Amino acid sequence: MIKSYKLRRNIANAIIYVLLAILGILWVSPFVYLLMHSFRLESMTTVPYLIPHEWGFDNYVALFTGSGSSAINFPRWFLNTLVVAIFSCIISTISVLAVAYTFSRLRFGARKKLMNVAMILGMFPGFMTMIAIYYLLKAMGLNQNLVALVICYSSGAGMGFQISKGFFDTIPRALDEAATIDGATKNQIFWRIILPMSKPIVVYTVLTSFIGPWCDFILAKIIMGDARDLYTVAIGLQSMVSAEFINQYYKQFLAGSVLVAVPITTLFLIMQRYYVEGVTAGGVKG
Amino acid sequence: MTFVEYKMLNPFQRFAYKFKKFIKAIPGAIGRFFKAIGRFFVKLFTGIGKGFKNYGTTFVKGDWATKLSYLIFGVGDLHKGKIYKGILYFLAEVLYILYIVFFGWQYISKFNTLGTVVTHVEKVGLIPKQVYGDNSMLILLYSVLTIVITVVVFAIYISNIKDAYKHQVMRANGEKPTTLKEDAKEFLDGKYHITLLSFPVLMICVFNILPLIFMILIAFTNYDKQHMPPGTLFTWVGMENFAALFDVVNTPKKATTFLELTEWTLIWAVLATFSNYILGMIVALMINKKGIKLKALWRTLFVIAIAVPQFVSLLLMNQMLQTNGAINVLLSDISRLFGGGPVEIQFLNSSTLMARTTVIIVNIWVGIPYTILSMSGILMNIPEDLYESARIDGASPVKTFTAITLPYMIFVTTPQLITQFVGNINNFNVIYLLTGGGPTTQDYYQAGRTDILVTWLFTLSMNSQDYGLAAAIGILVFIVCATLSLIIYNNSKSMKDEEAFS
Repeated sequence: MIKSYKLRRNIANAIIYVLLAILGILWVSPFVYLLMHSFRLESMTTVPYLIPHEWGFDNYVALFTGSGSSAINFPRWFLNTLVVAIFSCIISTISVLAVAYTFSRLRFGARKKLMNVAMILGMFPGFMTMIAIYYLLKAMGLNQNLVALVICYSSGAGMGFQISKGFFDTIPRALDEAATIDGATKNQIFWRIILPMSKPIVVYTVLTSFIGPWCDFILAKIIMGDARDLYTVAIGLQSMVSAEFINQYYKQFLAGSVLVAVPITTLFLIMQRYYVEGVTAGGVKG
Repeated sequence: MTFVEYKMLNPFQRFAYKFKKFIKAIPGAIGRFFKAIGRFFVKLFTGIGKGFKNYGTTFVKGDWATKLSYLIFGVGDLHKGKIYKGILYFLAEVLYILYIVFFGWQYISKFNTLGTVVTHVEKVGLIPKQVYGDNSMLILLYSVLTIVITVVVFAIYISNIKDAYKHQVMRANGEKPTTLKEDAKEFLDGKYHITLLSFPVLMICVFNILPLIFMILIAFTNYDKQHMPPGTLFTWVGMENFAALFDVVNTPKKATTFLELTEWTLIWAVLATFSNYILGMIVALMINKKGIKLKALWRTLFVIAIAVPQFVSLLLMNQMLQTNGAINVLLSDISRLFGGGPVEIQFLNSSTLMARTTVIIVNIWVGIPYTILSMSGILMNIPEDLYESARIDGASPVKTFTAITLPYMIFVTTPQLITQFVGNINNFNVIYLLTGGGPTTQDYYQAGRTDILVTWLFTLSMNSQDYGLAAAIGILVFIVCATLSLIIYNNSKSMKDEEAFS
């Protein structure tokens, strides 16, 4: 009886291993294809076989040295995105943490109302307002400008306070009270007690707001229009597979995608670790 | 149903019961929602009434400086020795008047017509000269800005009066007003929320709320290709844009497009949500099953699919699904293995059914990892002693699964399920980057067979400049999503309290 139970369990586990392996391959294989073909040398846009016959770094080199057309300028796009990401990351992080701390720790009349307003604002389809934002920026003389992107990515950041607030909520209030008795102001409590205790969630916030600009697509496209020099990597890469460029730039598109995907994936995996750490650490304290 | 009866149901019946209750709760929740809005307005108006009463009594009780504050900001404060605040109030008034006189008035005065003078050519003497007329778009935009600024200045005005009266009372009691230094300190402690919130709130007001009001107003205008400033003007048309979406007789093309896209949006949202939920749960259960090794590896394999920026994976998928793309190459290889010929399936741009099925399958590839991630967290949180006592009682693995794991998962994740449903209604990226709305069709107004409402909204405003119509669709989508979200919000708490899982 016991033996047959064990046998059954082993068979079940074996089936699960096989299934997981198949699913794992299914999920990862597109990225393996991406990686392999970014090293492909054959000149055709597409080839009728899965594994490239000739390999080399030509696509990557061409991406950075440029290959004649001024319309495709990957290094510039990469730099644009990096600059936008750094600045919007700084502004967003400060906004998110400030709002989260305010709603978690400070008590004032409009607190509940403001939180409800933030919730309702979050329900509008995001790009419904984009046309208006475009004209607003145009009226300010900021359209087709990287500053406009920084403003757009960081302006709404204050509404994404939920996760950080949840973390701050789990830090015991007794700490605040003790500090208040010792004469600390709310400002000092924020900087000297809450922030140092919230390292995982601070890192999480920094990384999320840094990754955002790399992945956004619609807003950048609306604001930049045809100013190809100011493109971010997302719209730049999408323009490389448009009908106009695809025949010449398909392989460079693959190489560019790898160059964007690798750092962002790494950052995301790090972020995920801090997120889990933040959530579980909060759980223990609460 | 009593608690005991409920406990006797099996998990599926429980779920069905919950689901029925949820559906039944919808009318009530909508009712409560409108009641809440009603209460809000009652509160608002009583608040305004009270404000007016205070406004009057303060005037009667005030001394000459307080009374003068009703006209000139900050006089009360200056008179009582609160110099810096008085100057700030006064500056606010001066700046506001300058703004209105030199900028705001020319726009707000045309708000009700949105401009009447079209840009045209006029002959001055012999030389034809371009005369710039009104720009409806700028009139609307700056009018909204002026209204927002006016509301803010009105709040400053009220606080100026309150402050003047406060200092009058303080002087009567023989107290001195606080100095600038003391006030600055207060902003780091007692009023710290103002310090922290002012910047984010300002940003949200300018770049979220102002555009939102602007777009909501646009929905009631005829802003489209034929009415495009600065060349031509647009004006208020009331509910015409909404009517166009429902009027099958006069605007049949727009109405059918709206109807059929709404239908597909709902089908898409249901299929995308449930396929991800069920399949994701199965994979999560497999990974987290006892005795399965290398859990971290399996999880990482799926997390990679989330970590790669979505536009990369979707553009890649789009390329792989082309007629000569990798998927067809793979299928051809397999078919040759069995002696067949090359395969050339048109995944994205031939038949509606094929394209829609492909979109849903690719969405499974994109979406399941998210489900796995959140479900793994929940699975690990199921209290271990539940399983232990089940084992001691001699429950079989199947029984343990149906009696503990499944109900727990369904219980915890139901609110999340509906959030995902709302998310899928707004799922722009998958549709736009994968199919771009195609296969194209002449039956629809500016939309393809796989377009959902939000991608249609995007095409309408980007390609055909039907801003009014697009804004109307945006409002309708918002109403649906907001109603669903509020129902969850109202019910999730009661759902949790009713059966704290133990």
